[in-house]
Amino acid sequence: MDLNVDVAWIVDHLDELAYRTFQHLLLASIAVGIGFVISFFLAVIAVRRRAAYAPILAFSDVLYTIPSLALFAVLISVTGITLLTVEIPLVMYTLVIFVRNIAAGFDSVPTDVIGAADGLGYTSSQRLWRVEVPLAVPLIIAGLRLAAVSTIGLVTVTSILGDSFGGLGFFILEGYRRSFPTELYFGAIPSILLAFLVDALLVRMERSITPWARSAAVAS
Amino acid sequence: MGILADTLAWLTDPTHWSGPTGIPNRLVEHVGLSAASLLIALVIALPVGLYIGHTRRGVALAVNTANLWRALPSLAVIAIVLPITASIDPRAGFLVYPTVVAMVVLAVPPILVNAYTGIVGVDRDIVEAARGQGIDERRILTDVELPLSVPVLITGIRSAAVQVVATATLGAIFGFGGLGRFLVDGFAQYTLGGAAQMLGGVVLVAGLVIATDLSFAALQRALTPRALRLHSSVEGPLA
Repeated sequence: MDLNVDVAWIVDHLDELAYRTFQHLLLASIAVGIGFVISFFLAVIAVRRRAAYAPILAFSDVLYTIPSLALFAVLISVTGITLLTVEIPLVMYTLVIFVRNIAAGFDSVPTDVIGAADGLGYTSSQRLWRVEVPLAVPLIIAGLRLAAVSTIGLVTVTSILGDSFGGLGFFILEGYRRSFPTELYFGAIPSILLAFLVDALLVRMERSITPWARSAAVAS
Repeated sequence: MGILADTLAWLTDPTHWSGPTGIPNRLVEHVGLSAASLLIALVIALPVGLYIGHTRRGVALAVNTANLWRALPSLAVIAIVLPITASIDPRAGFLVYPTVVAMVVLAVPPILVNAYTGIVGVDRDIVEAARGQGIDERRILTDVELPLSVPVLITGIRSAAVQVVATATLGAIFGFGGLGRFLVDGFAQYTLGGAAQMLGGVVLVAGLVIATDLSFAALQRALTPRALRLHSSVEGPLA
């Protein structure tokens, strides 16, 4: 393969890069958003009803062992080549990360604090939103970072479903098919940068919404 | 005939069980590539993880680097490595090395972070007691800290192995063999009756992933010192 980078080609395709980056973020955001909401409810159930904890975790663990390529392959026979086929696996993989971390976040709230909230006459939903959720934020964000980063990686795989999906992965697959390294890099490097950038943004977000943790920052 | 019956027929067809493109050979390729990648990752990650766990030196650097590696999409890693290795070795550099590099990148973070966490989690009193008895630092690591951190350590290796076996299927997109071949080829000929091959591949890959997970679970039980077996393993958050 010719390793030289074709600068003229890159300049020619910058508008397409912008479009694919947007698509990449859109496909990833839909999955992370839906996955978060589903997981939040599952985690609340898991923490409120202990008996449900192990089955919910076991279920999400099983999902995680199914290779993404296999999941896309199976879904093609059910939902065809549609947005659903892209999003269902992406959402499923976020569940594993989110459920575990949100549940662990709720678990990390000291029982004294919960007792104090109950003593103040908080209803269970007031306690959830005003006490448990804010204290669980660091672990929830740790989960959000992992889920976002892994989903951004998986979006590249959706390029096998055809040109209408894949985000930046589109360039990777097309670059491979054309044996054109410039295009391979054109997809690969921005998708890596996108993952790093989103991760860094989420770290900043965590710092700004948990000011109390700033003094006691612990490397995890 | 329904698609499930087709898949079953594909899986049980004797012609699919022989030759270079048969299931046994693809299985060997898949396991071989996964095992090689896991070994390379172990050689890189284990010494580093144990060292920083024991000395507590360079913790932030190693853990941050591992977390950064975790953000690397496997497909992007393959794409970046491919032109470079292919220009060095047109055959293996095209078909094999890119996937191996991507799988090593995938396997290093969980092994390194768990090796470190395992060592750090060992009760300091035990380590100090060993030190007080005059045991040298190397033996404190190998005879005290290492056995006590086995459960956490193997959890990391197990998670790396499962991820590698599952993700090695991606190599098939870039011409590598392995079980992913059935998925990719079946998909390419989907409308021409490739569906059964594709779903057959899914069954095989899923089976291999589950077998990998169970094998490492058994290994974990076998290698955990008896004194530690009473503690039920606690499922922690992913970080």
